[in-house]
Amino acid sequence: MSRPLVEVEDLSVNFVTRESDVRAVNGVSFTMMPGEVMCMLGESGSGKSVTMRALMRLLPPKRSVITGKICIAGQDVQAMDHEALRRMRGSVVSMIFQEPMTAFDPVVRVGDQIAEVVSLHRGVSHKAGRQRALDLFDLVRIPSAQRRLDAYPHELSGGLRQRAMIALALSCEPKLLLADEPTTALDATVQIQVLILRRRLQQEMGMSVIFVTHDLGVAAEIADRVAVMYAGRVVETGPVRDLLRNPLHPYTAGLLASTVHDQPRDQDLKTIPGAPPDMRRLPPGCSFAPRCGFTTAACNAAMPPALTPAPGRLVRCLRAPAQQPELA
Amino acid sequence: MSTATSDALPPPDATELSLPAQRGYWGNVGYRLRYDPVTLCFGALLLLIILSAICAPWLAPFDPYQESIIRRLKPPGYQDRYWLGTDELGRDMLSRLLFGGRITLTMGIVPVLVATLIGGSLGVVAGFAGGLVNMIIMRVTDVFYAFPSVLLAVAISGAMGGGGGKGMMAPTRGFIRPLCRVAETATTQVRNLDFVDAARATGAPLRLVLWHHVLGNVLGPVLIYASSLVSVSIILASGLSFLGLGVKPPEPDWGLMLNALRQAIYVNPLICAMPGIMILLTSISMNMVSDGLRAAMDVRS
Amino acid sequence: MVMTSFGVEENDARDRGGPAQPLLIVNGLKKHFAIRGGVLGRVSARVRAVDGVSFSVRKGETLGIVGESGCGKSTVARLLMRLIVPDGGEQIFDGEAVGEPRGITVAEMRRQVQMVFQDSASSLNPRMPVQNSIAFGPIAFGTPKEEAIGMARELLVKVGLNPALFGGRYPHELSGGQKQRINIARALALKPRMIILDEAVSALDKSVEAQVLNLLQALKRDLKLTYIFISHDLGVVRWISDRVLVMYLGEVVEIGPADAIYNAPKHPYTRALLASRPALDPDNRREEAPVSGDPPNPINPPSGCRFHTRCAHAEAVCSAQAPRLGHADHGAHLAACHVEDAASGHSQAVRH
Repeated sequence: MSRPLVEVEDLSVNFVTRESDVRAVNGVSFTMMPGEVMCMLGESGSGKSVTMRALMRLLPPKRSVITGKICIAGQDVQAMDHEALRRMRGSVVSMIFQEPMTAFDPVVRVGDQIAEVVSLHRGVSHKAGRQRALDLFDLVRIPSAQRRLDAYPHELSGGLRQRAMIALALSCEPKLLLADEPTTALDATVQIQVLILRRRLQQEMGMSVIFVTHDLGVAAEIADRVAVMYAGRVVETGPVRDLLRNPLHPYTAGLLASTVHDQPRDQDLKTIPGAPPDMRRLPPGCSFAPRCGFTTAACNAAMPPALTPAPGRLVRCLRAPAQQPELA
Repeated sequence: MSTATSDALPPPDATELSLPAQRGYWGNVGYRLRYDPVTLCFGALLLLIILSAICAPWLAPFDPYQESIIRRLKPPGYQDRYWLGTDELGRDMLSRLLFGGRITLTMGIVPVLVATLIGGSLGVVAGFAGGLVNMIIMRVTDVFYAFPSVLLAVAISGAMGGGGGKGMMAPTRGFIRPLCRVAETATTQVRNLDFVDAARATGAPLRLVLWHHVLGNVLGPVLIYASSLVSVSIILASGLSFLGLGVKPPEPDWGLMLNALRQAIYVNPLICAMPGIMILLTSISMNMVSDGLRAAMDVRS
Repeated sequence: MVMTSFGVEENDARDRGGPAQPLLIVNGLKKHFAIRGGVLGRVSARVRAVDGVSFSVRKGETLGIVGESGCGKSTVARLLMRLIVPDGGEQIFDGEAVGEPRGITVAEMRRQVQMVFQDSASSLNPRMPVQNSIAFGPIAFGTPKEEAIGMARELLVKVGLNPALFGGRYPHELSGGQKQRINIARALALKPRMIILDEAVSALDKSVEAQVLNLLQALKRDLKLTYIFISHDLGVVRWISDRVLVMYLGEVVEIGPADAIYNAPKHPYTRALLASRPALDPDNRREEAPVSGDPPNPINPPSGCRFHTRCAHAEAVCSAQAPRLGHADHGAHLAACHVEDAASGHSQAVRH
C-alpha cells in the first residue's frame, strides 16, 4: 500500500483582524492517495478555498493563524523554510485559479512565462524551457501551438487562456494539482472541453488533483472522491457515486435536491431553508442544525463527531448510523 | 408547498440577529477613524487652530493694530502680558496671530470651496454626459491648466491690483481644473455601475438620478482631494501676501507678517519664525487629516 | 400571501388588446458598437453585438434567453430597457411602438417594464439604505417619501425579508441572496407588467438560487407578471421558462417551447450546448466535447451561417448564405439552419 500523498490532520485557520476573529476552517482532516481526484464541494463561506490555499501556505501570514498538520509527499508544510517552500511550489504542488488572466503576467509572452518557470525549477536553459512549453501546449491541445507561444495573455481567448494556465501549472510535472473553481467563469461549451482535458491529463500523468467547486455537475464529471464542506468543517466524504446516489448528510442531500436540472416546472424547487451561517457567530452544536429538517436536541448540544458508517465514507451527522446505505 | 414565503424567510436565529449594529457608510468611516491616532491628533490640532481663529476677539489680549514704538520686537513674555512678544511695529504677536488666522484660513478655504462647487459641478456633468459634452468641458478647463498656477496667480493679482478679495480669485481659478478632473473621473466610474442603470431604468428624470445616486458616491473622492488643496491654497495665499499681491498691511495676515518680519531676523529670530510656524502647522494638519480620511474611506467593509 | 396594494387587478387599466395580443414584439433589433482607433478616433471595427433579433412575448409567459458569452443576450436586455440606444429595429409594447411618434415614449415604457440585474457589488447604491433604494422609483414619480418608504417595506415582506430588520440596512451588510431579493423588490416598486431578469441568479450559491427561483415563480403568479429570463445556466432556464430562445453571436438560432427545445433541439448549436451540460451521473461521463474551440469574437463573425466554423454538418451553402429563422405561429419551434429549410440546398435538408 503506497503512502498517502496528502495528509491533513485537524487543520484550523483563523483570520484575525482588529474587528473580528473568524475561524474559517475548523478541524479539517483528510488524506489523499496518489493518483486520486478529490473535489471539495461547498458554498461560499464553507472554507474550501481557504483550506486549499493553506496547503500551499498561500494565506497572508500576518492575518492568518494556522494550526494542525499538513503533510504533502511526506513533508510537513508548516515546518518548511522559505527555500523548501519555494522548491515545493511548482514542482510538487501547483495551483490553477479561477481567473486565468491573473495567473499570467500581462506584459510577458505566454511561452516565455512557462519557459521561465521550467528553467527556474529544472535549471535548464531558456531555450529548453521553450521547447517544453511547446510540448505542453500540444499536450493541452492548443491549436497552432508554435504561434501561440508568442502571444500575450490578453490575446488569447478565454478557453485558450485556461489551457495555457493548465500548461503553466503542469510545466514542472507536479505530483499534486490544486484547482480553485477553475471552470466557474467559463461558458458551458468551453467548460466541458476543459473538464475532459483535465481528466485525460490526470489519467495520463497520474497526477493527484484537488479541486474546489460549488457545482455538483463538475464534481460528477471528474471527481473520484468528494468532500463536502459546510461552515469550515468537512461534513461528508465518500466516493462520488455513493455520495451522489446516497447522500448521508442532510446538507449534501439538500444540495443535490436544489441543483436545478430537469425538475418539473410546475412545482417549487426543493430548497435548503435559510442562508449559510455567519462565520463569526456559529451555533454551539452542529453548524447545519438551524437549517436542517431533522434537528434534535442532541444536534444542538455539541458538534457531531465524524462517523464512518461504511469504508471510505465519513459523515458528521447523528442520524448517519440509523440510515442504511441502499444496496444498489 | 405552493408558496415561497415559508422558505423565503430565513429562520430567525440564522443571519438576522448576527448582523452587526447598523452603521451607515459614514458611520463606518468614523469608526475607522477612531483607531487612527495620527489623524485624530492632527484633527484636534486643526480644530484648535480653527477655533482659536474664530474666537480671536475674545482670546486676544490686545488690539492687533495697536502700535507702539517703544515696544518693538520685544521677546516673548515681555512685561508678562505680551506672551509671544511684539512685532516690528510694537503690536502684540499673539493677537496678530489669532486675528491673522481668520484671514489666512479664509483665504485658504474659500477658494477651495468655490472651486469645488464650480469644478465639481462641471466634472459631474461632464462625467455623466460623456461624449461631446465631456470633451467640450474638459478641453475648456484644460486652458486653465496650461498656465502654472502660481505664476497665473501672481499675474492676475498683479494686474488686478491685489487686495484680499482679489487675492482669492487667482487660486480659485487654478483649482477648478484639477477638481473638475477628479469629479469627472469619479462620476465616470460610478456612471457605469449597475445601480445607476437601475435608477435610470425607473424612468426617473436625470437630475434625480444624479442627485440621489451619483452625487453621494462622487462626493467622497472630491472632498478628499479638496481637503488636500486647502493647504496648498493657504500657502499660495500666504505667498501672494508675502509678495505684496494679496492682503495689504496693516492686516495681520500670516504671509504678510512673514514678509514684514523678514528684516528682524537678526534682532529676534523667534518672532520671525512664528507666522511661518503657524502656516506650517495648519498645512500639515490639513494634509494629515485629508490622508486619514482617504484611508478611512478607501477600505470597504 | 397578503395581497396589498400590489395586487394587479383583473382588468389592468394599462392593458390594451387583451390576452391575445403579445405584450412585447421585437423586430430586427440591432446594435453595433463601434471600436474607435487611431488618433482621430476613426471607427476601426464594429462589434456586431446584436444583429437582427426578433421575437415576441405573450402576456403571462416566461421567455428564456440562453447563450454563451458574446452572444449578445445582455445587450438585448439593455436594449429593451433602452439603457442603450438601438441602431435599428422596432420594439412594440402591447401594440404600441416604443420611441415612435405615434406610440409610447421610452419613459412610459419604463413604467411598465423593469429589470433585475445580476447580484454584484454594484447592483445597489452602497451609500443608501436598501429601503431607500427600493423607494427611489416611486419617489421620483411624485409619491411622497413617507408613502414610498411604506410601500418599500411592504415589498420587503413580499420578497421574504423582515422590514424591521432589513429596511435600514446597507448593501454591504447583506448576503448575496438577500441583495438579490432587494433587487427584485426594487424592480417591483413601480408595479411593472414585465420584468427582464439578466443573470439574476447566476452569482448566487445553489441553495440560495433555488429559493430565489421559487420566489420569482410565486411573484409571477401573484402579480400576473411576464418575464424575460436571461441566463447561461441551461437547467435553470428550462425550469423557469415556457418558451426558450437560443442566441449565438448576436443572432437568434432557435426558438420554441421549452420542452421542445430541450428534448428535441433542431439547431446544431443548441444540441452542442445541451450536450455540454455536465451530467450528474458519474457513470455517464462524456468522453468527447460536443463542440471544439471557443465562442468566436463578434467583431468579425463568420460569413453565412455564423456557426458553420464549428458545425459538424457544415457544407458549402452554410458559409455562402445565412439561414433564416422564418416566421410562424407564436408557439412554433423554429431553427435558423439550412438543414431545417427544405429549399436551402443542404444535402441533409429536411423535406416537410
